[in-house]
Amino acid sequence: MFRTALRNVLAHKARLLMTVLAVMLGVAFVSGTLVFTNTISDAFQKSSAKGFDQVDVAMTADYQDAEGDRVGKLHELTRATLDKSERVPGAASAIGVVQGFTAIADKDGKLIGEGFQSQGGNYWGAEDPRYPLASGHAPKGAGEVLIDSETAKRAGYKVGDTVRMSVDGPVLTPKITGIFTTDDGNVAAGGSLTLFDTATAQKLFGKAGVYDQIDVKAKPGVTQAALKAALDKALPEGTVSTTTGKQLADDQAEAISRSMSGMQTALLVFAGIALFVGTFIIANTFTMLVAQRTKELALMRAVGASRRQVTRSVLIEAFVVGTVAAVTGLVAGIGIGAGLRSLMGSFGGTVPDGPLVIKPATIIAALAVGILVTMLAAWLPGRRAAKIPPVAAMNSVHAKATTKSLVLRNTLGALVAAAGIAVVLAASTMDGSDGQMPMGFGAVLLIIGVFILTPLLSRPLIAAAAPVLRVFGVSGKLARQNSVRNPRRTAATASALMIGLTLITGMTVMAGSLQQAIEKMASSSIKADYVVSMANGNALSPDVEKKLQQAGDVTATSPMLNAESRIDGQTEYLTGVNGAAIGDLVGPKVDQGTFKVGGTQVVVDSETAKSRGWKAGSALTVSYEDGKKQKLTVAGTYESNDFLSGILLDEKTLAPHTSDPYNMKVMVKTSDGTSGATQDKLEKALGTNPAIKVQSKDDISNEIAQMFTLMLNMVYGLLAMAVIVAVLGVINTLAMSVFERSQEIGMLRAIGLDRKGIKRMVRLESLVISLFGAVLGIGLGVFFGWAAGELLATKLATYELVLPWARMGVFLLLAATVGVLAALWPARRAARLNMLEAIKAE
Amino acid sequence: MTTAPLADRATTVAARATDLSKIYGQGETQVVALDRVSIDFRQAEFTAIMGPSGSGKSTLMHCVAGLDTFSSGSVRIGETELGSLKDKQLTKLRRDKIGFIFQAFNLLPTLTALENITLPMDIAGRKPDRQWLDSVITMVGLADRLGHRPSQLSGGQQQRVAVARALASRPEIIFGDEPTGNLDSRSGAEVLGFLRNSVRELGQTVVMVTHDPVAAAYADRVVFLADGRIVDEMYRPTADSVLDRMKAFDAKGRTS
Repeated sequence: MFRTALRNVLAHKARLLMTVLAVMLGVAFVSGTLVFTNTISDAFQKSSAKGFDQVDVAMTADYQDAEGDRVGKLHELTRATLDKSERVPGAASAIGVVQGFTAIADKDGKLIGEGFQSQGGNYWGAEDPRYPLASGHAPKGAGEVLIDSETAKRAGYKVGDTVRMSVDGPVLTPKITGIFTTDDGNVAAGGSLTLFDTATAQKLFGKAGVYDQIDVKAKPGVTQAALKAALDKALPEGTVSTTTGKQLADDQAEAISRSMSGMQTALLVFAGIALFVGTFIIANTFTMLVAQRTKELALMRAVGASRRQVTRSVLIEAFVVGTVAAVTGLVAGIGIGAGLRSLMGSFGGTVPDGPLVIKPATIIAALAVGILVTMLAAWLPGRRAAKIPPVAAMNSVHAKATTKSLVLRNTLGALVAAAGIAVVLAASTMDGSDGQMPMGFGAVLLIIGVFILTPLLSRPLIAAAAPVLRVFGVSGKLARQNSVRNPRRTAATASALMIGLTLITGMTVMAGSLQQAIEKMASSSIKADYVVSMANGNALSPDVEKKLQQAGDVTATSPMLNAESRIDGQTEYLTGVNGAAIGDLVGPKVDQGTFKVGGTQVVVDSETAKSRGWKAGSALTVSYEDGKKQKLTVAGTYESNDFLSGILLDEKTLAPHTSDPYNMKVMVKTSDGTSGATQDKLEKALGTNPAIKVQSKDDISNEIAQMFTLMLNMVYGLLAMAVIVAVLGVINTLAMSVFERSQEIGMLRAIGLDRKGIKRMVRLESLVISLFGAVLGIGLGVFFGWAAGELLATKLATYELVLPWARMGVFLLLAATVGVLAALWPARRAARLNMLEAIKAE
Repeated sequence: MTTAPLADRATTVAARATDLSKIYGQGETQVVALDRVSIDFRQAEFTAIMGPSGSGKSTLMHCVAGLDTFSSGSVRIGETELGSLKDKQLTKLRRDKIGFIFQAFNLLPTLTALENITLPMDIAGRKPDRQWLDSVITMVGLADRLGHRPSQLSGGQQQRVAVARALASRPEIIFGDEPTGNLDSRSGAEVLGFLRNSVRELGQTVVMVTHDPVAAAYADRVVFLADGRIVDEMYRPTADSVLDRMKAFDAKGRTS
């Protein structure tokens, strides 16, 4: 049996090629993902483990929970704590760590790296063991800094250069006194690290006299655990947490692999989609091979092979094909893994060096996936092969699919699809997060239902294309009829394309609608001409607003100061604004009362008001951070959004109670509205600060749009896999059609259809199948996009379905291109067919 | 037995092969399928080509019908010399001037009987001559089967569709490759009757390859081929006379 199967594989090399390619692509994607993520997380883990060399025990401050009217806050790690820890038996030395955001500009004044990657820290004493100096000396005072060697290389800075930077608002222009090397993961990933002396760092980061962390080094011979125990004993309980360096490294390793596993899962989902699409092609191929071999298989049955043996021979064939595909896929996947890493490197995402990691699990997964998928897909055709009666060997009549089985199929499909639609519709009326699960379930049901129904749908949908095809004369007519000749095969081929396009369209519809909703929200709720904020989302220093007010053309400004408070024993966030100007700067929808902020009058977003039972005119008693209480009145309630929520009160009311208000952004109104010149003026007023973003409303919209575009492009890229596999399927189906119909093609040539006409016939068939799949896919995608939007709309008031007509047109065009490209080779084959042999062939 | 040409027949030649040779392979493995064959197919004449397997009868037909290329010599259909034609022109010639009837019917299963009949005109983008089409359909007796698909027709009916398809475009010449090979004797007789009628009544020219003396007896003239050469011809054949002649060849073949 095995030999027969093997011989069959070799005899149908060309036909199995597409199957192998389809499985191979899927397997390559799976193994590529695994190799890539394993390699990266291994590299990150090694580099972070190195980073904890200098730490035996790390101490961090404990959080003191909010209680009663008291606002929660951190205990402080002071010099006293550090001195105490240094004197603990077993401790050799201790370092106080101070960290914060530090934006550093390149020579053109542009921020280096992304905002969130711009880090600052302290250089401890005269020689900090954490940061070995490559050149220069330790910084002293506010005018001196160290920068990391990677950033120095990127920006071209040398020791002695003056550099523009910013921590909390004002621009600093210190001198670089040294360049250090570091294993810091953030720097390895393309960020920057700037070091000040400890006192300057504490002052700049607003942590005067305190540390974020104290790293204690043990004396030789003292274990990390022993030191930790000693520290725990020496320090007051409940104020400080101690962690050993090993534990820190392990925690970080785990965090890295956890963050990697998210990415891994996402990538594997796309690999799964590609493989799923691949199963259609495999099933198609094996169905064809079995049909072509009806006589041969019947003969085997006639000479005494059992049904099981026949099925097994088909499955063995699938096993061989699957193994070949899986092994080549694995090899290709390792290549993809290596390629992805260097690709990431070339896009600026620096990855620490490390060897390519190919785990045994990767190899096993790749092989198992490839072989199992192939055998699973070949199982049904294999069973069908066993059902061939031995007598079929004697006559040439091919058993056709009975109408009954299609009736059964259609009934089943209609039921499943209807159930899917019902579930999706029901889910779309639910509230946001409750509806997610049922909607996903309904979507899967509907896709399966439509897939089962595709043969039935193929007739009316393809018939609808008849008027267009008529333009192409006989070729068009024959193409249309050929494409519905084997509805199951056409369906399986089109389904492969349908799945990819459903996902692509659904994503596009959702992303487009969401983007518009957020933009609309941004533009309707913000009346300010500019919004000024820190590049990393940190707090702005108070003098930013002062400088803006002094810039010309500025008519009104308001900060947005964040503060925590307790009301009736629960935490509530306050936003301090300029009560006089706020009405000109934001324009939320007012639900109750008036939007008036000033004195003890505040406004509350409707959601909070509802949950607290407040109305316009309600009185509330607020406990501030300093423990003082004040009675406030609700002037009105408004509809909250991403830019504005919670309790808004006047900054003057808030100021006496907060020592260090956290200013998120400053909103600015100018006499000129938004113009390039005004924006320049504002930026100049702030000293062309690399850390501060001055954004107009359009900038904010663009930022949102960019985010969505990036996300969509990534999804497109990944789904392209599924489309490529689908193209292989179309090629496969056409090649099989041409092969099966060689006699007809020969006859058509004999009675006068020229090569061009034959080619056109095959091309049009391909086009019809591809467009059929595309129309189904786009239709389903729009439906899912709409349904998912209904869920989103419960969370986002401005959500509204936006149909991306242009994009959908592009998708159709893409499908048409796919059709034409897939037909290239089969059409050539058909046109080159030897007429005489084709006619003679039985 | 008459061997002289019929005086009352028109003498215009519909197709002519001159010194036609077809050689496969080279050197040692060279096979001569046609060896300098010269033959005329006159208009409104029904010719049968006979000969044992491998005699070159099918090759002769394929070469004359523009389905196959030849090694040397010339073939003319009407005024057109085939040797100089490119594939595209040959295809157009087959479409416009030649009708085909194959042994395996060769109908398109997706088309109805009527659509199959008009297929050559559809390919050419011409409208069929309605009157002519009706008379052809009436002649082959398919008027009530036009909407059926080939799978709903019997073998004889399918071949009648094929005959109608060959006749419908009024080709200059119709070639049949064992047109009755797959039919029972009654259906075969019907089909041959239609072919003879088309020659007698409509003035069609028909050339048919067959190995069946009964089929050959429907023709006006039988040409015998052996080893790629024309060895004999016979006018007004009967099944018996053809069979006798075949037997004589066989005997000669065996004794020589």
